[in-house]
Amino acid sequence: MPFEFFNPAFCVAALFLAALLVPFVGRKNDRLPATLWALVPAAIFFYFLSGAGPIWQGATWRSSLTWAPELGMDWDIWVSPVGLLLALLVSGIGTLIVIYAAAYLKGSDRLGRFLCYLFLFAGAMLGIAVTENALVLFVFWELTSIASYLLIGHYHEKLESRKSALDALLVTAGGGVALLAGFLLLGEITGSYRIGVWVEAADAIRAHPLYTGAFLCVLLGAITKSAQFPFHFWLPGAMAAPAPVSAYLHSATMVKVGIFLLAILHPALGGTDLWHYTLLGLGAITMVWGALVAMVQTDLKRLLAFSTVSALGTLTMLLGMEHTLSVKVAMLFFIVHALYKGALFMVAGALEKGTGTREITQLRGLMRSFPVLGIAAVVAAFSMSGLPPFIGFIAKELLYEVKLETPVIGISLLLCGIVANAANVVVALKVGVLPFLGEAPSAEPKSMKPTKIGYWIGPVLLGFGSIAFGVFPDATLGRPLEAMVAQIAAEEVTIKLKLWHGFNLVLLLSLVTVLSGVGLFLIRKRLSRYSAALREGVGWNGTTIFRSGITGFLHLSGFVTRTIQSGRLHSYLAVIFSVAVVGLVAAWWKSGYVLSLPARGEIRPDVAILTIFLAVASITLVRCRRRMTSVLILGCIGFGIAGFFALHGAPDLAITQILVETLTLLLFALALYGLPAMREERRAGVSRPIAVTISVAVGLAFTLLTLKAFDVQVAEPVSLELAAKSLPEAFGKNVVNVILVDFRALDTLGEITVLLIAALGVSAMLGTGRSRYSRERLEASPVLSASSRYTAPAMLIFSLYLLLRGHNEPGGGFIGGLVAAMSAVLMHLAYPAQKLRIFRLGAGSLTVVGLATAVISGMPGLFSEAGFLTAQWGPEIPLPAVGKVKLGTPLVFDIGVYLVVAGVVLMLYEAMERSRVREKVEPESQPAPTP
Amino acid sequence: METLAALLIGTLAACGTLLVLRKGLFRILLGLVLLGQAANLLVFTAAGLGQGDTAIIGPDEQTLAAGHPDPLAQALVLTAIVISFGVLAFCLVLLRKTRARIGAAGVSGLANTET
Repeated sequence: MPFEFFNPAFCVAALFLAALLVPFVGRKNDRLPATLWALVPAAIFFYFLSGAGPIWQGATWRSSLTWAPELGMDWDIWVSPVGLLLALLVSGIGTLIVIYAAAYLKGSDRLGRFLCYLFLFAGAMLGIAVTENALVLFVFWELTSIASYLLIGHYHEKLESRKSALDALLVTAGGGVALLAGFLLLGEITGSYRIGVWVEAADAIRAHPLYTGAFLCVLLGAITKSAQFPFHFWLPGAMAAPAPVSAYLHSATMVKVGIFLLAILHPALGGTDLWHYTLLGLGAITMVWGALVAMVQTDLKRLLAFSTVSALGTLTMLLGMEHTLSVKVAMLFFIVHALYKGALFMVAGALEKGTGTREITQLRGLMRSFPVLGIAAVVAAFSMSGLPPFIGFIAKELLYEVKLETPVIGISLLLCGIVANAANVVVALKVGVLPFLGEAPSAEPKSMKPTKIGYWIGPVLLGFGSIAFGVFPDATLGRPLEAMVAQIAAEEVTIKLKLWHGFNLVLLLSLVTVLSGVGLFLIRKRLSRYSAALREGVGWNGTTIFRSGITGFLHLSGFVTRTIQSGRLHSYLAVIFSVAVVGLVAAWWKSGYVLSLPARGEIRPDVAILTIFLAVASITLVRCRRRMTSVLILGCIGFGIAGFFALHGAPDLAITQILVETLTLLLFALALYGLPAMREERRAGVSRPIAVTISVAVGLAFTLLTLKAFDVQVAEPVSLELAAKSLPEAFGKNVVNVILVDFRALDTLGEITVLLIAALGVSAMLGTGRSRYSRERLEASPVLSASSRYTAPAMLIFSLYLLLRGHNEPGGGFIGGLVAAMSAVLMHLAYPAQKLRIFRLGAGSLTVVGLATAVISGMPGLFSEAGFLTAQWGPEIPLPAVGKVKLGTPLVFDIGVYLVVAGVVLMLYEAMERSRVREKVEPESQPAPTP
Repeated sequence: METLAALLIGTLAACGTLLVLRKGLFRILLGLVLLGQAANLLVFTAAGLGQGDTAIIGPDEQTLAAGHPDPLAQALVLTAIVISFGVLAFCLVLLRKTRARIGAAGVSGLANTET
């Protein structure tokens, strides 16, 4: 079996590879005709044909490529009888289409791209045919929709082309989403995504409460793809594509995958009333409607498109009949239709190329110009009309037979069938016969191109197939059909295919059909008035409704976007705060927590006074209208909080807070320099009551959160362990610092990086480049100049002292770095002409060196058993003033922190200072224009 | 003690929110600072308030005395203070840039720059 040596998956890959290569090879080397690309699908066709034997005996070949097994996403590959049929159709007709397209688009600079999409499509189709895993199948399914979109939009300069392509994409890909939902439901029911497993679990699926949902989702996917009423409208629109696309995608293969899917899922999902009546109803409506509308079209390709819709309806209906014979007819018709419709589309395309029109009324007497094409067309048309000895005849005979065999419902279906078939006869005659009849038009066709072999080889070979299958039906198709029916209907049957059934009721019905069809064809001129009316009626069709629906949807989403995204910052903030509060309250509500005040500790008077001070200050800040005053009040609050930290045993925090507050005041002063006075913005902001309500709610939420936090003690605090290990393992008495530079050094590394990024952001916004200090400077006071000459270096030394003793006493890299930066800033304020330097390093160098130091300090840990940033310790050395200092990587790390913090503060200061000097905001002399 | 701290945190947060929700960009900035302070205090307080002891091991001890404040919360808040300083500087620059770009239109003018 060839599948063992060469996995079918490689064929899919080969087609994708061809899609990748074809645009380049075809363009660069014109001597290599595009026709040669047909060898790719041809090889695949014969590959599948050579492996067909055992499959037609009913075997199914399986294999699996591992992809993401933990997600259940293996590419399960199978070659089942129905899948093999699809693979043969895709590769076989694909071969003819490539040859045809090479002729049809010869000389077009879009040929390479066209073939690329075509191979992409073929690969995806083959993927559908050989994939058993439903999720992978879905991917291929959507890929065909995308390829179809690209191909329909081939003439993308035409508006109608683009619109039709989009319609097709939205309908088929949208249905694909439903299909995915259906697959997921089936996966939930059975716990597997392999179709084979689904088939085995058929009874469980049908009994499951999710069955209806799963079936409807899958059905939606199938009927959108296979253009069933009321989703049929995209198919006639898709005729904007070049003829090879219409012949390949929109008649022979892609629109059939919906049917294909229903067929292979029939053993898993079929056999219920829901399946039976839904498919029957949909199919019958589509069949009759499509045929009637097709009959009155005058555009060659639209006519064929509607008749394709009708044929797809027939197939759906047959699958819905739930009869082994009906399944057999469905598969037979599947083949027959691909043969004659593919041929007719190619003929239509060739005629359009040759004469420049697709209007049926203008095509006459072309037999003389295109004799071979004409014969092929007539063969296809007769097969379509169901005339012997073509295979179409057998299909139609069986169609009637199965309807006669099913009681009651069969009779009404039979009537539908006769109407549809008679209409199809008219269509066949109009397309395949009428253009070739009669005298040659007075003016010869402009172009004689379609006599080229590329144009007629496809229709001729397909016509030959119609005859061969028709004359030797049992020898050619008997066994394959039996295998397919066994797969779909899940039971063994033996089937004899015969061209001649003898004189019986079925033959009579056939005769009636053909005669009424021919009759209708002959009186078509008299019926033209009704035809026109029907065409008008069709004008108000699915496309119009669909497009206005899409437009409405876009309007709606525009409206929603405008409403929700007002562009007003305050509205967003109000929503964010409200949602946060609601979330907190909801969580609180769910937890069933009863508010209880913690009884621990007495109220200390000093803390109480500080708290009242802070509360009053923050309320004052809200009411304050002057900018500088606000900044000062903010500073007071910061210092107050520092005091709060100090009173609660957190000297490190208190020191840090005080230093940061000092620098913050400085930054505010620089940033506000030159800004115009604050003005009331009447329109800005949320209305007062709402703002107050939200604020109070946020405040309450914070209070509740704090109180709740005391109550929740789910485990021993980790800090107990940290405190216990601090001295023996990290040789530090200041546990806070030990945590920062040793236990959780990686966090700290991240934090100083964030700090650096913020500083870089500031620098970037204010413009980088060399520090260019303008001549315009603030005059420093002589007292400041004189004193800072001594205080600044002293501060720098003090910062080093803080850094080194930080491991045992309050201090450390953060605090030391802030003090160091302040010493440099002080120097700069006193002597603005001097550059900002610490240890002769500028701000940028400080941060880079600092970050590098911090990272390098983690490296030794890499060579130990433990990981990055694990402390490595050396000897303890005595230092003057500081006392004993234990050498080790945490100390180096702390030095890194020190440098980064100092550098970042300098960078911020420098950027602010530069911007203050360079781009003073002009005082507004005129009111700004209101938008 | 803790109840008092909780009320203080609530007050800071409420004032911060009010500042953020009402009027000009500058007030938004002030509000953000207050909210940051409230969050810092929340983390600090939630770990339990000490009685004056520090998170530093005494001269002759091997570990922290009982009833000590939580050093981990302090370490978290310490970095938070420094980072909020960096972010504040960033916001200040944004404010300056915004004023230079859209003039006095203030917050309501922001909507028109999103193009």
